[in-house]
Amino acid sequence: MEKRAFFRSRWLPYALVAPQLAITIIFFFWPAGQALYQSVLIQDAFGANVEFVGLENFRVLFNDPGYLASFRVTAVFSVLVAGFALGIALFLAVFADRLLRGAATIKTLLIWPYAVAPAIAGVLWLFMFNPTLGVVAHWLNRAGVHWDFLLNGRQALSLLVMAAVWKQISYNFVFFLAGLQAIPKSLIEAAAIDGAGPWRRFWSIVFPLLSPTTFFLLVVNIVYAFFDTFAIVDAVTQGGPGQETSILVYKVYHDGFKALDFGGSAAQSVILMTIVIALTVLQFRFIERKVNY
Amino acid sequence: MVEKRRWLDVLSYAVVIAGIVVIAFPVYLALIASTHTAEAVEAAPMSLIPGDLLIDNYRKVLFEGGDIGSRAPVGRMMLVSLTMAVGIAVGKIIISLLSAFAIVYFRFPLKHFFFWMIFITLMLPVEVRITPTYEVMSDLGLLNTFPGLIMPLIASATATFLFRQFFMTVPDELAEAARIDGAGPMRFFFTILVPLSVTNIAAMFVIQFIYGWNQYLWPLLITTSEDMYPIVIGIKRMIGGGDAANEWNLIMATAILAMIPPAIIVLLMQRWFIKGLVETEK
Repeated sequence: MEKRAFFRSRWLPYALVAPQLAITIIFFFWPAGQALYQSVLIQDAFGANVEFVGLENFRVLFNDPGYLASFRVTAVFSVLVAGFALGIALFLAVFADRLLRGAATIKTLLIWPYAVAPAIAGVLWLFMFNPTLGVVAHWLNRAGVHWDFLLNGRQALSLLVMAAVWKQISYNFVFFLAGLQAIPKSLIEAAAIDGAGPWRRFWSIVFPLLSPTTFFLLVVNIVYAFFDTFAIVDAVTQGGPGQETSILVYKVYHDGFKALDFGGSAAQSVILMTIVIALTVLQFRFIERKVNY
Repeated sequence: MVEKRRWLDVLSYAVVIAGIVVIAFPVYLALIASTHTAEAVEAAPMSLIPGDLLIDNYRKVLFEGGDIGSRAPVGRMMLVSLTMAVGIAVGKIIISLLSAFAIVYFRFPLKHFFFWMIFITLMLPVEVRITPTYEVMSDLGLLNTFPGLIMPLIASATATFLFRQFFMTVPDELAEAARIDGAGPMRFFFTILVPLSVTNIAAMFVIQFIYGWNQYLWPLLITTSEDMYPIVIGIKRMIGGGDAANEWNLIMATAILAMIPPAIIVLLMQRWFIKGLVETEK
């Protein structure tokens, strides 16, 4: 798409994009290039010996049960986070959309968690579910559930999911509500006149019309679960117990900065970048399709 | 509403209010904990009604800091976070306005190449390129500095994308009229385009301020001295290893303090913020 009216200058447009390009090159292309370069090297912890090893780092990774386990944990974690965050938000948005009185107040009361940092969300949930002093942990124990996420990997993962979902609901809610309000009321009314009840109307009219929003949010939520939850993991479990909650992005950090395996960590970065770029392309195709119709 | 169904109205209010209560509970608990002594918080289960140390606890964390783990005063941390968040938001807005202007209002060789160079970074979070970015920053000697905290996070295309979308909707007649009247491109930019973009700038400011305030991994890596900790890192450093030794009342007070500034910005600028969020999607 081009503007009909435009300005002419030999140098000005270059000067205008220069700051953004400089930052993009220094902080994106240079590090990405470094990651690619390092991913084919093996370096000892002191950086004294560097050796070219080709795809050895990748081969080691894909033969490492720890890395494959981390992939599995990440997959389970992202599906749970995206599923619950979308489901709960849609549920709340559908009911909030019906309300006539107090709608603005309700919206305000539901969107503020967007402002909470993932790390802070982690700390709040850690406090509630702390095995020795957490209030909810106490209730659970009294209800007969033996709660100790420091020892039980399943409980640790579910705690992370709860904290991550809690933080993401408001974002999804804003989009679903906007999507619901954009659906023409005449469609719903026509269906009601034809005798469709609220349940039927939701599944055969509202839900299909919401699908662009849902798809967009699905991609955003998966990216969120993959990357933005780093802070939650670091604040709550640090990947433990053992490696049971060590999601991919946490492992990049752990292997690179704690275990000082730069080659392996760089190879992991490259794999993560590939995943994000694939998701971005998916998103772009979706955006273009939507603009066209 | 389509039809009157009393039970459905009641159900709607019940569901939404239940949602609000459940979502608010963790923060309520934090607020309560921050008004008690550390011992009262540790007595499982702690009381669910406020104690009387509200002012004492907040005064202590803000100006003196905790006694265990990180001892930096939270007031200083908030200042670091504020500088970082404002720096990121303002920096992103400025470079994005300029590059979006160039991309929409000029035709020049390599334009599409530059466009894609910027846009490929759209969804690439700092998290996936931490190790190499860290090395780049330490080569440049920017560890433990504000430019080091701020600059790598300015490299994102979200704002450029939003402004490009908005500039596309500005009527061509405005640029033509400006040209006929003899205004150069920068004159057009400052006297027409920027004033028209005020709502979008406000929306972007909210989103990027929150993004900056909430950054975790990057500051975790490049800040090693206590006086450069943003509050989000500081709170993590207050939580030690064994849970018995933690001053949870002070940690929760810090958590509340960390939530207040971004929450205020979201609530005050709710209208623009929602518009901005939903527009970026388009």
